[in-house]
Amino acid sequence: MDLSILGYQFMQNAILSAVLGGVACGLIGVFVVLMGLPFIGVAMSHAAFAGAMLGLWLEFDPLLGAFVASFIAAAIIGPLADRGELSPDTSVGVIFSLMLGLAFLFMGLMPGTKSGALEILWGSILTNTRSDVLLLGIVAAVVVGVIIAFYKEFQATIFHRDMALSVGIPATAIFYGILFLTGATITASLRPIGGLLIFSLILNPAAAAYQLTYSMKRMFLIAAGFGVLSGLVGLFISYLFNIPSGATIVITSSVIFLISNLISPKRKVKRWQRPPLVEGGK
Amino acid sequence: MNNTVVNIEQAVVSYREDVALRGVSLRVRPGEFIGIVGPNGAGKTTLLTIVNGLGKLLSGRVWVLGDYLSASNGHSLRKKVGYVAQLQNIDPRMPVSVREVAMMGRYGLLGLLKRPGKRDWEIVDEVLELVGMTSLSRRPIGHLSGGEQQRVALARCLAQEPQIFLLDEPTASLDWRAKTDILELVKLIHETRKLTTLLVTHDLSALPVACERVVLMKEGLIWDEGSPAQVLTDDKLSQLYDIPLSAVKARRAEAVSV
Repeated sequence: MDLSILGYQFMQNAILSAVLGGVACGLIGVFVVLMGLPFIGVAMSHAAFAGAMLGLWLEFDPLLGAFVASFIAAAIIGPLADRGELSPDTSVGVIFSLMLGLAFLFMGLMPGTKSGALEILWGSILTNTRSDVLLLGIVAAVVVGVIIAFYKEFQATIFHRDMALSVGIPATAIFYGILFLTGATITASLRPIGGLLIFSLILNPAAAAYQLTYSMKRMFLIAAGFGVLSGLVGLFISYLFNIPSGATIVITSSVIFLISNLISPKRKVKRWQRPPLVEGGK
Repeated sequence: MNNTVVNIEQAVVSYREDVALRGVSLRVRPGEFIGIVGPNGAGKTTLLTIVNGLGKLLSGRVWVLGDYLSASNGHSLRKKVGYVAQLQNIDPRMPVSVREVAMMGRYGLLGLLKRPGKRDWEIVDEVLELVGMTSLSRRPIGHLSGGEQQRVALARCLAQEPQIFLLDEPTASLDWRAKTDILELVKLIHETRKLTTLLVTHDLSALPVACERVVLMKEGLIWDEGSPAQVLTDDKLSQLYDIPLSAVKARRAEAVSV
């Protein structure tokens, strides 16, 4: 194989994006999986996508549109979910269709060629610029830094938000901090992974890691690792066969999830059922 | 104000349409063990949330551990007040161990950006020993039985080294043996640490004998209070729960024969 391809800037950018994006999405996914936030995450991703399309149509920075839109979605859905007023299934359905409808509407209204929009739709890690990589790098660094710095607060809030509040942890601020980081990660990953599929890269590596460990620390590490693996393998396949990179990355992450599920030591543990305990002494 | 740990004056709290507390006043002395009893919806849990600053006061004043409760001092207050809720449903796949759950009690005390140190782990291991969970300390919390999980919750609360101990239906959903274990532990903790304790329950069999004072609550108000002997009479219970006197007598006879 001709490895001279690695000397080209576009390939270096692509590899860096795969690694940084994989780390950020993998780590954020742990929160989504453990806190039961998938429907908020989906809503934010699709809102981000619609926001980016709005930006392209009205000719302001699509990433700014994406970030603001995902934040608005979180700001509306977060409190509603908090108070138990939203059923996850219904809201996913409604928001999914609304956001996609808006996104395609804005795409249709866009003047000129739609190549910018299509890049964001399908993901085009192979045409990432240095500034895309820089944004991903900053977001990844912030996510890693924040998780390390506030690990115990995250751990307690994830385990049980009310309990965390009752021992004096600012759990509400932590929760909204997590939503903020999720929005930032989604926005920074829009071009590499693509608006339709970004949520899968957030969910799949973490869901896979969840199957494999009873240590939260290890879950973060494995999720980040699977994110990077999905990114790099997906990138490789995308380049080799000239297929959209978002698709290959996400399919890779799904395969990793399926394998983890099959070999999971937790698969005998059904939800809400206690496994048989050791009889006798305590 | 000198010899009170908690002083609630005419507290009114509401949750959206419901008025949970309609004007409740209560004074708690240091080291007291108070049982709070009443039907569901009486406002018992809300009363506890006022003491640890989670409830939102519409009117009235609450004085806890030297300060009037306000919107800004909630976090610092909660570091000093321990709260054990009723048994929560925990996913058996949750990646948190028993020892880690117990340590969470100290997270508020440690403060942001600080990690638990050797002394913190020593305290955690001590409290796990006290509640009898040392052998299970490395297990995932979700793998434990209900009674075991509540013991870990007690350990977590003790690890916090609180000045007030709030228990909200700690024995709900537990079998008889587990209930007894928990109540024995609560009694032991109160005796050895002289912790001011408020225990909420709607189950009379879950009221420890160690309870010095019982407060009866109904529809957001304190209906009566006094010693257990004074207040837990068939007559009063019949009025409190709106059950005919004969039914109360029958049920209590059943309970004794168990």
